[in-house]
Amino acid sequence: MSYLSIFFQYAGQYLKTRLTYRADMLVEIFSDLLFQAVNLIFILVVFGHTSLLKGWSKDEMVFIYGFFLVPFAVFGAFFNIWDFTDRYIVKGEMDRILTRPIHSLFQIILERMELESLFGGVTGLAIMYYAGNNLGLSLHWYDPFIFLVLVAGGALVYAGIFVTLASIGFWSDSRTDIMPMMYNIGNYGRYPVDIYNRIIRYVLTWILPFAFVGVYPAAYFLGREEWYHYAFITPLIGVIFFAISVFLWNIGVTKYRGAGN
Amino acid sequence: MAKYLEMIRIRFLMMLAYRTNYYSGILIYSINIGAYYFLWSAIYGDKPSIQHLSIVQMTTYIAVSWMARAFYFNNIDREIALEIKEGKVAIEMIRPYNYLSMKMMQGLGEGVFRILFFSVPGMVIVYFIFPIQFTSHPATWLYFLVSIILSFIINTQINLLTGIATFFLFNNDGLIRAKRVVIDLFSGLILPISFFPGWAQSIMGYLPFQGISYIPSMIFTEGFQGSEVIHGLMNQALWCLVLFIPIQVLWTTAKRQLIVQGG
Repeated sequence: MSYLSIFFQYAGQYLKTRLTYRADMLVEIFSDLLFQAVNLIFILVVFGHTSLLKGWSKDEMVFIYGFFLVPFAVFGAFFNIWDFTDRYIVKGEMDRILTRPIHSLFQIILERMELESLFGGVTGLAIMYYAGNNLGLSLHWYDPFIFLVLVAGGALVYAGIFVTLASIGFWSDSRTDIMPMMYNIGNYGRYPVDIYNRIIRYVLTWILPFAFVGVYPAAYFLGREEWYHYAFITPLIGVIFFAISVFLWNIGVTKYRGAGN
Repeated sequence: MAKYLEMIRIRFLMMLAYRTNYYSGILIYSINIGAYYFLWSAIYGDKPSIQHLSIVQMTTYIAVSWMARAFYFNNIDREIALEIKEGKVAIEMIRPYNYLSMKMMQGLGEGVFRILFFSVPGMVIVYFIFPIQFTSHPATWLYFLVSIILSFIINTQINLLTGIATFFLFNNDGLIRAKRVVIDLFSGLILPISFFPGWAQSIMGYLPFQGISYIPSMIFTEGFQGSEVIHGLMNQALWCLVLFIPIQVLWTTAKRQLIVQGG
């Protein structure tokens, strides 16, 4: 059994269970949409009072937000590990995972899939299309491919940060609120980083690189050449951060002692 | 009355037992306040004021909105939903108190705890980080106090309504989530109502949400002057009374058609 076929089998099972409760799923998608709409309304209302924000126009801001939604949706669909410590370590579920011959992180990704989050990506594409139209952006034939690479990079940045945080659970299973905190810090990435002061900009670029989920990759499509070198290292940053997180995870698994006695 | 007071006390003590969770909460709120602070600084640029609010008033508005949120925010809609799903609500109904009032008191116990252990220290911290101005008029403080009590009542009433809706929907998570998002936007937490375009403002004038965050925050930042303050408080008080009606109607209907799941 290859990892890929296991993935599709899980996804198939998942869709069956979700489609059993269609109303639930629709309500969930609807409340996600509402959430995305609120952030969009915020941007639109703010630009009712100013025409430029540190040199970014309304449509550019909207475009950045639209782009951010796509990698964030991919992350939300596959990396629901915000409750990993409670669910797997405190309750001892990790024991079950570790007895199976597939990488433990991959299994958790499969078990905690939430494919309906991917609708957020559709919203993001729609928002980008709308803003791109207003800006008169044109696409080259290779742009969709670059888009996919940059989205993957952004999603890996998010995944890397959260897998790293989840790995902390192997060393200490005490409750921390570091996950929700990180979600809130991630929101900083929805806006252009040059509105923040230098320290925060540095943190968002090199330490908690949320800027690579929003403004940097989006800058490529907006044709802002001063950001290109940041835009193009997005996949690299994503891979590096994700690799570090998997490395930490693997060390953590060896430290896992199991629940009970 | 004594038993309701006792309930507030018990909730307060319960929260006290887990108070360490709150220190990280203050940090989370500071992060949120920080994000909006930088955003608004960029929006203001070199404008002295937008919609009669200066940048200092705006920063104060954001900080107070978030810190007041700690007081009025509670999860009793989720708790009610859970008690209905697990069938515990049947037991609650035969107890010698009014279930909904008791829920409100639990929320109040949490609110009182958070304002003492969360909002007050949090406010002191953000005061040192961000340029915030506290008013020196004692009257403003008094109005603000009345206003956040009313805002607690309105928000809790809306929570009761969403909680009771579980009787009719069985699975209510979506509604509860959607309500939370709507309240964040329409209550003026993330941006003052006066920033919205005129048509949106007039729609919101007919909704109870601005009484949750916008009115108390505007009173605190003195964005409301003179008669506007009294108008705001009247608006809140009116909604407190009006919201009792749907709660009563839904509650009596719900009790009649109670199906205890698994019972």
